Amino acid sequence: MELTVESLVFLLFSLITLGGGLLVVTTRNLFHGALFLMLSLFGVAGLFALLTAPFLAGIQVVVYIGAIAILIIFAIMLTPQVTATRPSNNQWIAALVVAVVLFALLASIVTPLMDELGVEGWGASFTETDPPPVPEDSIADLGAAFVDPQRFMLPFEVASILLMAALVGAVMMVRPSREDDEAPAPVEAAEVAEPAPPRADAVEPVLVESQE
Amino acid sequence: MVPLYMYLLVSAALFCIGLYGVLSRRNAIAILMSIELMLNAANINLVAFWRYGQPENISGQAFAAFVFVVAAAEVAVGLALIINIYRQRRSVVADDVDLMKW
Repeated sequence: MELTVESLVFLLFSLITLGGGLLVVTTRNLFHGALFLMLSLFGVAGLFALLTAPFLAGIQVVVYIGAIAILIIFAIMLTPQVTATRPSNNQWIAALVVAVVLFALLASIVTPLMDELGVEGWGASFTETDPPPVPEDSIADLGAAFVDPQRFMLPFEVASILLMAALVGAVMMVRPSREDDEAPAPVEAAEVAEPAPPRADAVEPVLVESQE
Repeated sequence: MVPLYMYLLVSAALFCIGLYGVLSRRNAIAILMSIELMLNAANINLVAFWRYGQPENISGQAFAAFVFVVAAAEVAVGLALIINIYRQRRSVVADDVDLMKW
């Protein structure tokens, strides 16, 4: 890989992505982990832009960083166990071994390393370097593909129904229970907000007196 | 351009980082964040194969967009579940939720 501006930008965004991801899974403070998750997602958005997918890069920033990461931060705030005593469980060594072995396996398949070492038929050798240029109107083509009945219209509608059902289900799950609804908090607030009860007090003794 | 296998290598590394997080973290929200990393690794793969394969066929980007939708649904339901569990058990540690454990 020769050193061009593009490869330098690629290395920068890869470092942001992988460094942020490593800090997400290792940091002790969960809130810092969420911020590092935002950093890592931003690196992925940069990789999308480098792959000439500008629409997906924008969606990555808007949906992932702007919505999903913020939702995760809300959940962290609502469940105050930010700094746990032990961030990882007692099988983290086995997890590390599994992750490293899987990465070595994937790396040996996707890179031409094994072909250079002389092992026949192991690597998939994805060595494409000069793909054809992207069509000018790829974003318009993407939009047209989503509403084309011959292509992605049915999956698009199914995805919207899935999102709708998931959001309604989430709201129903976190809805306060019936006992919480009948909590006397609003009544107390109304009494505090309305400091004019002497009128009622003044009426009541009169009534009592008249009955006597 | 950068060779295709460099993108695949970054994606594989990000996926394995997320896998380590899912297997080793105790906090359920941290597990959910690691799942987000794994979904992003899959997205990098989809877009990279689209770019280096047939960029005139938009299907790779369309599939990546569907992954966005599913990720949003997954994180909404997952966080609702975690908040509900926290209300009942005062804990978000995944090992503490053992009601259905035999």
